[in-house]
Formats: sequence, structure tokens, C-alpha cells
Amino acid sequence: MNIVNILEEIEKVDGEIYERLSPRRSAMKDFYSMGKKIAFAAAPLALGSMFTKAYGQTLPTAVVNTLNFALSLEYLEYHFYNHALVAAPTLTIPAGAPTAAITTIRDHELAHVNLLKGALGTSARAEITYAMTDFTAGGTFPTVYSDYVTFLKVACGFEDTGVRAYKGQATVLKGLSVLTTALQIHSVEARHASHIRQMLAANGATIKPWITGSATVSNDTGVSAVDAVYAGENLDVQAGVTITGINGQTGVTRAAAVESFDEPLDTASVVTIANLFLKTGFKL
Amino acid sequence: MKNNELEIKDELQEESLFNGSLGRRSFLQFAGASAAGLALVAAGCKKDRGYPDMNSGATLDFKDDFGVLNYAYALEQLEAAFYIKVASAPPSAFTAAQKAYFQDIQFHEIAHREFFKNALSTAAIGSLEVDFSSIDFTSATSVLGTAKAFEDLGVSAYNGAGVRIKTDAYLVLAGKIVSVEARHAAYIRDLISNGSFADLNDLTALGSNNAGGLDAALTPDKVLAIAGKYIKTKINVINL
Repeated sequence: MNIVNILEEIEKVDGEIYERLSPRRSAMKDFYSMGKKIAFAAAPLALGSMFTKAYGQTLPTAVVNTLNFALSLEYLEYHFYNHALVAAPTLTIPAGAPTAAITTIRDHELAHVNLLKGALGTSARAEITYAMTDFTAGGTFPTVYSDYVTFLKVACGFEDTGVRAYKGQATVLKGLSVLTTALQIHSVEARHASHIRQMLAANGATIKPWITGSATVSNDTGVSAVDAVYAGENLDVQAGVTITGINGQTGVTRAAAVESFDEPLDTASVVTIANLFLKTGFKL
Repeated sequence: MKNNELEIKDELQEESLFNGSLGRRSFLQFAGASAAGLALVAAGCKKDRGYPDMNSGATLDFKDDFGVLNYAYALEQLEAAFYIKVASAPPSAFTAAQKAYFQDIQFHEIAHREFFKNALSTAAIGSLEVDFSSIDFTSATSVLGTAKAFEDLGVSAYNGAGVRIKTDAYLVLAGKIVSVEARHAAYIRDLISNGSFADLNDLTALGSNNAGGLDAALTPDKVLAIAGKYIKTKINVINL
């Protein structure tokens, strides 16, 4: 991570960044000396703290909004898995590898919650508790906490949404250190998605670790209730380049083209999906 | 070359302000990697003075987005070449399902490679010559281990380079690709050891952090130093 580059990037949009920083020399000095001691991955937290000090508690609004948006999704994911593990007596996640995998994923979502809360500091949104959620999505998935496969199907939707949501926010964080952090969360969600899909396949579903599709199919899960999660995933033109059969590669079928690129999802679409799992009064 | 020297001086000044010793150390490590088929033009400036490096290898000029895209193109070339070779003669221990998914991955990497080639057009670097002499393509263990290394490295490369990208469309494209690489990585890791799909403690050498739930992320110099073992073509890196 190159702190200077980040500062230079900020300077482009905020010519007064150094003035903002210099009256608070102690904040900068603390940060630089800390930089020698802290691990690379802890730097985003320290950086967030430095910016908070420099901007006098005011992170750029767009960045705050994006990080809070991500925090909301991480709260949802965390509660979804945590409830399944600790408070859903009618749900049987098989002991051994399946329980271990769901535990790993739950722990990552909690780590993401804590990381984002730390980066946002006082700008962090209010906590979302389990009581504010409804993982049946208003009755669409009534057996989410009693039928293991239904639970996995909803999990798949959550992970694939998460991947799309982070991708959709990337440009807001362009050039900033927190972009790297967001990308590091993004690919962990993709690893989760791949594994959940393998768990579904192990339980009889026809589904690949990657999202496939065709000219007419963008939702490859066979669960029509999650169509919105996969809307537009079957794109096969990237930056003006048609991927199907590219440069005479007949092996790159439309399905392969769809699988090769995961598509982003805009904020409004993700909010619509997330709100399905939040009770009235607590929607985003 | 003068430009490169200036760049390096700038970089060293920046580094020395904030983390001088670390910057220089990784710099030297990377310079050492040139023996394995990589050369940092900037590092080798004195040594190489007078030789037209541009004609004897591929140059990744990180001064703009084309440099980052060519970097991705180089890595995708490497991955595609590996999976083409695996798919043409899979290890006999592979199941039918594994063969089918390695076939899938092969075409994903080909799609990525060809996409970058077309997107870069005349700015694209040439075809890289690979060195897979360290891989036993008849052994499932060797193939899976190499596939895991490539996929995890790919994830760390895209995650670490994203912050350098200046154009919105290219940033989103890198995001579209990296999550597919992460899906591959998780699948291959699970084949080796079910449940290791996101073993972030196992990825710390690539920049992960388990406490933060953060995946791998490495700067291009570190990624190329690792990938260099598999690339015969000399790769010159400038303006990093």
C-alpha cells in the first residue's frame, strides 16, 4: 500500500488535504510511526482513523455511504449464519465439514462487520440485530431454518449478492486504500459463494462453483425466487468485446463467457434484495 | 532509462519517508528474482545500460492503466497455458467431474486472456513463453498444487493492483474477473482439502489477514517475483 499515492489521489479531489493534515501533525506522526509496527492488513483501520482526524470526523460522504452499505450487508450475512449455527434447533447442518464451513463463513462475516465498523468509527451506521431481520423473506423461504437445502439456497443468494454488491461499489473507492480492503472482502465472498455452491451440488443440486448461464438464463440456481440476485449475470460483451467465440476460440461458449465474468449490481438493486430480509421499520 | 532512474529516486524518496527499509528490502528481493527470468528495468538500469530491453522481452509500464491491464494479460496467459496443458491430458487420477471443471476453468482463462488481448489491441504485450518444467502433469497432486498456487496468486494480484487502476470501466472489469478466480481458487482448494476454500491463515504470505476476514493482496513486484518461476520471457517492469 502506497500511502503517498493515496494522499496524491485525494489531493486531486481535495487540494487542501495536506493543510487538513498538517495542523494535526500529531495525527500524521502517530500514523507514520504506527505504520512501522502494524501489519499490512491493519493499515486500513489506521488509515481510516487518520482520515477521520484529518477531516474532523467527516469522511467523504460517498465513501462513508459505501462502507455503511457494505456494513449493512455484512450484518445481514453474519446474522443469517450465526442464527443457523446457534439458535435454529429445527435446522440440521450436518456435523463435520458442513458445520465447519458455515462456521468459517460466519466468522469471516463477523470479521468484516468489525473491520468496517472500525474503519467507519463514529460514522458507522446503527447496528442491525437479528431481531430486525426476516430470513424467510416475508414467507418466501418459510423453511430457511428447518430445511438444510433451503438454507443453502438462501446462503447461495446472499454470497452471490455480496460479490455483486462489492463489485458495484468499486468505482466509489477508486484509488483509495479502502478499495484494496473492499477487494479483499469481495474475493472472500466469492470463495464463500464457490463453496456454498459446492455444498448445494453435494446435496443434489445441479450447480457449478461459478455462475453459468445462457442467452436466456441468468439465474443458474433453479430458484426463481432469487432471480433478482442474478439479473444481468448472463452478459457476454465486456468493454465492447464479445466474449463468446472470441478470436475463433470455439471452446469459449456463451456459457463459458457468462462464467468467466461476474457482473456487478448497482446499489438500488442490492438494497431491494437486502430489504427482503429486513423487517418493516428497519429496511435500508 | 533516465526516466526510470528518476522514477526510482522518487520511489525511494517516498519509501524512505514512510517505510524506507522495507521498500528497499523488497526491492532487492525483486531484483534478485531477475535470475529466475524476470528483470526489473528500473533495478537493472546500470547493468543493462545500452541494451534495448524492449526488444528482448515484455515490458510492463505501470505509468497508466495499460500497464496494469498488460500485467493482468501476462498472468492470464500463464494461467491459460497451464490449464490448456492440463485439459489436453488430465492426470489419470482426475474424476470425470474434475476433468469437466478443469475444462471449464481452461476456457475461463482463455476468455480472460483473449479479452485482454483485444481490449489492449496495439498496446498489448506479446505472447509469453512459459516454463512448466517444475510441474508433473501426470500427478494430480502436482497439478492441483500448481492450480491452487496460480489461482491464489491471481486473486492476490488483482486485489493488489486494483488501487492502481484509474479508469472506472477497467476497475470494474478487474473486479468481474477476480471473483471468478476466487471461485476457482475455492474449488481447487476444496479438492485438495475440503473446507480450505477460504483458509486465510494459509494465505498470509500472499497478504491475507484472517482476523479481518481479508483475502490475499500483493503488489505487482511481489506477484511477478513469484510467477517468474513459470515464465521464460523476460519481463521488464517500469514505473511501478
